[in-house]
Amino acid sequence: MKSGKTAKTGETAKTGETGKAVRILKSNRAVRSPGGLSLRLDVRAVVVVVLLLLLALAASVLLIGTGDFDIPAADVLKTLVGQGNAGQEFIVNELRLPRVLVGLLVGAALGVGGALFQAISRNPLGSPDVLGLGQGATAGALVMIVLFSGSSAQVTVGALVGGLVTGLAIYLLAWKRGVHGYRLVLVGIGVSAIVTAVNGYLLTRADIVDASRAVVWMTGSLNGRDWDQVWPLLALCAVLVPLVLTNGRALRMMEMGDDVSYALGVRVERVRALLMVAAVLLTAAATAAAGPVSFVALTAPQLARRLTRSPGPNLLPSLCMGAALLVSADWISQRVFGADQLPVGVVTGVLGGVYLLWLLVTERKAGRI
Amino acid sequence: MSARTGHRSGSDNQRSNSNVNRLTAENVTLAYDQRVIAEKLSVEIPDNSFTVIVGPNACGKSTLLRALSRMLKPSQGRVLLDGSVIQSMPAKQVARTLGLLPQSSIAPDGITVGDLVGRGRYPHQGILRQWSTEDERVVQESMAQTGIAELADRYVDELSGGQRQRVWIAMALAQQTPLLLLDEPTTYLDIQHQIDVLDLCAELHEEQGRTLVAVLHDLNHAARYATHLIALRDGQVIAEGAPKDIVTADLVERVFGLRCQVIDDPETGTPLVVPAARKGRTKPVDAAVTGAS
Repeated sequence: MKSGKTAKTGETAKTGETGKAVRILKSNRAVRSPGGLSLRLDVRAVVVVVLLLLLALAASVLLIGTGDFDIPAADVLKTLVGQGNAGQEFIVNELRLPRVLVGLLVGAALGVGGALFQAISRNPLGSPDVLGLGQGATAGALVMIVLFSGSSAQVTVGALVGGLVTGLAIYLLAWKRGVHGYRLVLVGIGVSAIVTAVNGYLLTRADIVDASRAVVWMTGSLNGRDWDQVWPLLALCAVLVPLVLTNGRALRMMEMGDDVSYALGVRVERVRALLMVAAVLLTAAATAAAGPVSFVALTAPQLARRLTRSPGPNLLPSLCMGAALLVSADWISQRVFGADQLPVGVVTGVLGGVYLLWLLVTERKAGRI
Repeated sequence: MSARTGHRSGSDNQRSNSNVNRLTAENVTLAYDQRVIAEKLSVEIPDNSFTVIVGPNACGKSTLLRALSRMLKPSQGRVLLDGSVIQSMPAKQVARTLGLLPQSSIAPDGITVGDLVGRGRYPHQGILRQWSTEDERVVQESMAQTGIAELADRYVDELSGGQRQRVWIAMALAQQTPLLLLDEPTTYLDIQHQIDVLDLCAELHEEQGRTLVAVLHDLNHAARYATHLIALRDGQVIAEGAPKDIVTADLVERVFGLRCQVIDDPETGTPLVVPAARKGRTKPVDAAVTGAS
């Protein structure tokens, strides 16, 4: 027997193995300091993150330069470092930079939120779009728009509350000695259907002005976003993203099932509750800031995963992918359809829909659906 | 608890002096929601034994294993690991002492063998200690012991059932725990791979002195490999001890409701259970067996 042989030769087998230098971790490098600290780096994932950040940055510069008054990329960069003329400075720093920052933050929040939900539900369909968080936030916003004709700040708060309440409802309904993948997805789809019906009812109650305002909000748009939207979103991300990333290793263990991860010393239910709260907050805040921008949360983690070719939740790559995707989509919509003509949600919806179909077809070929 | 926070040799001395086994369940009542599986069950896992838990379906053997591995919190009574209530210990500390190979494990899509085995190092790692040379060495060793070193770069999805089970065992080995619990490790494997996995377990027990606890379905496998057998029925221990001492036709009938002969295994001399021919089993099969599934 194979194992008998290797065990008998004990020590020699060991040195033989290390002598051959069998690579345990494909494309992984360990960085070690003399003090006993060690970091594990997935080289491919690092490259993907850097490239996505560069893409997001490039798209941001182009997006800032795009509009009724086009500014060349070089001038945009000059203005951003404080070397532009007064006119450009106003357009760049006051009008377009906050919009782009909101786009980056919303994309990042949706990307990482989607990755969290998909990892927790162990299902690529377990994203906030499908689970009804977007619809929940929409319901909150619609209540403010239709019933109270609220200001945009009130609409934002309404959306945030709607998203949080929906997230809590899904968690409680799906909880039965722990939350499990399929139950979470099915409960989410059920909640989503109910909330969609409520949204439909609210829309029929609205007069024409409120209704058109509601529909624009529901498509997801970055138009007219200013610094007031940037700061709260930035603060939330600054707190939650590091928290989420430090729990990434535990989440990676949870991929293997509750029992295995529990046996490895992960406090499964605690980590899951913490990460779900973080994911709900991130998606609700993103939705409150830009409306339910569709499919970013669904597609960003899947695209990131295909690029890194690495198992695990791929949190950081998903975050960068979300940011790059949203800003690029916004730039495309501005370029192709003209400034502020088409909300970004339409573009991400089309891109995401095509991607989802492709995903379903390939998954079916792989025999997983 | 406070007496045990000292360094390891201290607690080792204490253990050998007090002569108490490391893992015990004291008067535990085990229940899922309202459904009670076992009441006032007490079990000791002898140190350095290969303990096998047997019993008919739904007798509570997997539930007992879940309680021993702190997956299930007893509604009454307590499970003690090294003298401490297992639920009160830090999760990672338990995970460095006691490993579990559960039945429900999911190999993530696109994961390689080396990566999966490496995940067994989690309880030894931290945010600033993610992949030490020690981790690397232990993972190599675990893969060598389970005979999967050549598969390190292969994807787990591509492997056969037997190879995959070896990978999961290697992952549990990489955890480097003196106690290892296995929940039906031979299920879904063909006979050759069943024996293969059991041989591996015996080897881990004999050559590395690990304490193994396994739930097995096959009574003959249990009798052949176990050094200590626990026979459960309806959440009660019917008998425990060395297979040679306790496996009799009478016990098998009491535990499984099956008439049989027990003869000596011609290969190993351990008890071998031969079910009676159909004609010989005139007595109606009792409820525990018909209720099983």
